[in-house]
Amino acid sequence: MAVSSAGSGGRRGSSMRLSLNDPTFRAIFWQIAVIGGFVLIVWWLISNTLHNLEVRAIATGWNFLSREAGFAIGESIIPFEPENTYSRALLVGILNTLRVSIIGIVLATILGTFVGIGRLSKNWLVSRICSVYVEFMRNLPLLVQLFFWWAMFQDAFPGPRQALQPVPGVFFSNRGIKIPIPAEHWVHGWMAAACIVGIVAGVFVRRWARARQATTGQQFPVFWASVGLALGLPFVVWLFGGAPVAMDWPALRGFNFQGGLTLTPEYAALLVGLVTYTGGFIAEIVRAGILAVPHGQTEAAAALGLRKGPMLQLVILPQALRVIIPPMTSQFLNLTKNSSLAVAIGYPDLVSIANTTLNQTGQAIEGIAVIMGAYLTVSLSISVFMNWYNKRIAFKER
Amino acid sequence: MANGHAAVMGGNAGRPTESKAVQWIRANLFSSWWNTALSLVLLYLLGKFLFWFVGWGVTNAIWYGAATECRAVKGIGACWAVFPEKWRFILFATYPYEDQWRPALSCLIFFFLYAYSALRRNWNTRLPAVWIGGLLAIAVLMWGGILGLAFVPQERWGGLVLTLILSTFGIALAFPLAILLALGRRSHMPAIKSLCVVYIELIRGVPLISLLFMASVMFPLFLPEGITIDKLLRAQIAIIGFAGAYLAEVVRGGLQALPKGQYEAADALGLSYWQATRMIILPQALRLVIPPMVNTFIGLFKDTSLVLIIGLLDILNAAKTAVSDPAWRGFGPDVYFGVSLIYFVFCFAMSKYSQRIEGELNKSKHR
Amino acid sequence: MSAVKAAQTTEAPMIELKKLNKWYGEFHVLKNIDFECRKGQKIVVCGPSGSGKSTMIRCINRLEEHQTGDLIVDGIELTNDIKNIEAIRREVGMVFQHFNLFPHLTVLENLTLAPIWVRKVPKKEAEETAMHFLKRVRIPEQANKYPGQLSGGQQQRVAIARSLCMKPKIMLFDEPTSALDPEMVKEVLDTMIELAREGMTMICVTHEMGFAKAVADKVVFMDKGEIVEANEPEPFFSNPQNERTKLFLSQILNH
Repeated sequence: MAVSSAGSGGRRGSSMRLSLNDPTFRAIFWQIAVIGGFVLIVWWLISNTLHNLEVRAIATGWNFLSREAGFAIGESIIPFEPENTYSRALLVGILNTLRVSIIGIVLATILGTFVGIGRLSKNWLVSRICSVYVEFMRNLPLLVQLFFWWAMFQDAFPGPRQALQPVPGVFFSNRGIKIPIPAEHWVHGWMAAACIVGIVAGVFVRRWARARQATTGQQFPVFWASVGLALGLPFVVWLFGGAPVAMDWPALRGFNFQGGLTLTPEYAALLVGLVTYTGGFIAEIVRAGILAVPHGQTEAAAALGLRKGPMLQLVILPQALRVIIPPMTSQFLNLTKNSSLAVAIGYPDLVSIANTTLNQTGQAIEGIAVIMGAYLTVSLSISVFMNWYNKRIAFKER
Repeated sequence: MANGHAAVMGGNAGRPTESKAVQWIRANLFSSWWNTALSLVLLYLLGKFLFWFVGWGVTNAIWYGAATECRAVKGIGACWAVFPEKWRFILFATYPYEDQWRPALSCLIFFFLYAYSALRRNWNTRLPAVWIGGLLAIAVLMWGGILGLAFVPQERWGGLVLTLILSTFGIALAFPLAILLALGRRSHMPAIKSLCVVYIELIRGVPLISLLFMASVMFPLFLPEGITIDKLLRAQIAIIGFAGAYLAEVVRGGLQALPKGQYEAADALGLSYWQATRMIILPQALRLVIPPMVNTFIGLFKDTSLVLIIGLLDILNAAKTAVSDPAWRGFGPDVYFGVSLIYFVFCFAMSKYSQRIEGELNKSKHR
Repeated sequence: MSAVKAAQTTEAPMIELKKLNKWYGEFHVLKNIDFECRKGQKIVVCGPSGSGKSTMIRCINRLEEHQTGDLIVDGIELTNDIKNIEAIRREVGMVFQHFNLFPHLTVLENLTLAPIWVRKVPKKEAEETAMHFLKRVRIPEQANKYPGQLSGGQQQRVAIARSLCMKPKIMLFDEPTSALDPEMVKEVLDTMIELAREGMTMICVTHEMGFAKAVADKVVFMDKGEIVEANEPEPFFSNPQNERTKLFLSQILNH
């Protein structure tokens, strides 16, 4: 470098010299050094592992997946017997994780939205109660809360014979929660189909209404029409099916309940814990999102004569959702990851079953790879989607 | 207190003259018929709940005595008697009974370190020295083996001090890792950048439990034959790696929030990358992210409870073990309620502190 | 011209405020305000900050609620009745200090939003109107950009066009140039002067005394929630009656 300024053709010289003071060379040097060190460490770990596996005579590979699992699983959406394979057991685990996560996400979003709006209420009592709730949820470990709810089922709730009945037909006991459901009837499938048809029809109504408004200016209550279609069509189908009202009520037979829908203590404790905990975080996100829309926006929309409904739909929500959706998805991911605490209270989620699998087979690496692979697939695909979404919705600025 | 102001209002035509308290209640609880109805329902429910809660937690509770007395009031009153009976185990777990003053003193040192670092006038070059000294003292107290203290192996450690150790060492040692990762992620060197991105996203994409499992079952396979490290240290390593990834994103936020002019000014002065980073960039960026860093610490403090799943006796596991004693079985809700208060006091104090600091930092920024 | 003016004075006022009072908690912001504005009149409201001038014009389209007194806009009495509020907001346009454009919509979408959803105008027609007004504020080429991509002066001109698209009978301006860089003030004032020359009824809170001299029919000076003095611009500036007005004018004209 120092030489380069001396001669008339100095520039040429500097790019040829390999000096530690040349930024490009330096960058390459550092990268080679870091990657080299990294590769060395990984190689060392792998060679240790291979040696250890050999010494301890631990099998490797995925053959164990097709072997008989040999353990029973407390609850499952699909039929499972101990004679089934490990791969089916893991599938049961994944389904159980999804079952608690998806329902948890829906309920936590509803709860969090109410609490978040409640914190902004003009009613002092409402806003206080909501903030106390949020403070408690955010400052207590989820695991403590899970243990608390689980212990409530185990220790505080009575046996089935003395089960608590807060609402007629709903029973809380140390065997879990029992809820009445409509008795099985052929029309239910058709109602579900009608609901889907209604939603699709709602989409078409929306398109039609948009097109009509664009040409004639006439408006159409799309929202209520869609709700009407999605709920009304199943109702009509239900009427045509003879309007079956029979319910499957839980009833005490012997020492336990028969009939109705059962939530096991483990599932109920996990769901309640995840929903109340995540709800506290979602509440804060919703509140921040609402506060993030400047008051001037509401004023400008009002000054233009926009009503509450269109104002919310066209001005407030599109801006608030930009702030809300990214942290909200990360809360959804957190809830899914936190559902792995199921292992502590005995709900057979993916982590719990993979843990049993790796204990029985001794194949720790594969077991952990299954857990991490499953979670990473979900996390990474969602974060790729979020990056795309954030780019799409970012405000264009100078 | 508010009545004195009422007279001032008198002169305004057409304005009702009410005391401030009445005005406040009207505006905040009974501003419309809907709000009035809501307030009344909530007041009723709240009153009912408080009545039940005081009855359960105070008047009908058993504060001291044997488990049989608790059984007599089960469902009506809380069983706080389990705490006088089991508090030594919940706080110190299996640490040798006659040496339990050592973890107790360690806890006090931890509290001192937190309090010392919380004061802004102590944010100077002495701070790292105080921390190193404090942590060394804790190490000596907990292990012993010198100064006439009997050696206590890590397997015997447990209770509150274990929770404090895992979270404090976790964040303290994750800190340098986080800074390197954050700088690496903003580096222009593709190899280093992608290494950091992969690490951060990988760790943040999986649950902490899977890392703890990995630490407990896979770490032993990674090491050369003959070398073993105990479970506590393995969990600690997993927690450091976990916290490092999350903290790195916090630090990166601070680096991004710093105006570009600061980087340009440092370059213009002729400072090298490391000089600029050390003297100009990091001091400002880290100051910006103190509140989210405290929040990360709160999260980590709560997350250390997960070590019970791999069998370490932290305070939650000690409490769980305490209620598995046949004599006290069935008092889970009471015990977890008590333990959650300990967690709450810690986390609530920290989150209030972080909010205050955030306010102060914002104020000084606007000035 | 004079015949037109004579005709106007006989008409009922477009905006009428009678003994209007407003409090923020214990703070009396508006004290017995009596004010009227006739069709075609251009009124400039000035006064020190905190004098209640913004609050007064924000009461006119119910962004602020008054507590006692009457407020009549275009023959409609402003009460809590939502129908009345909506009717008044359709007829009264407002331009804000901080523009308040919707950042998630393009300039064109900002302009067509209210005509489509409030006036129920077909989209194509609304877009034609929007382009017409964008041409009048001289930025038709920015139609498909987002507000964040424009300069402050351009944003404020879009905001003026946005109000005009609703074809209002009255325009309210709440310190439209206070948030702008000095070099952008002129382009916005020029737009406003043009609008005034076309006969728009305007009430304008501003400190731009040049604008007041050029177009105002009346200048109103407010201080501490009261209307201290109101007069035609020429006597108002050359011969202020009240001490507070004198002090204010000396401060604002001599800086």
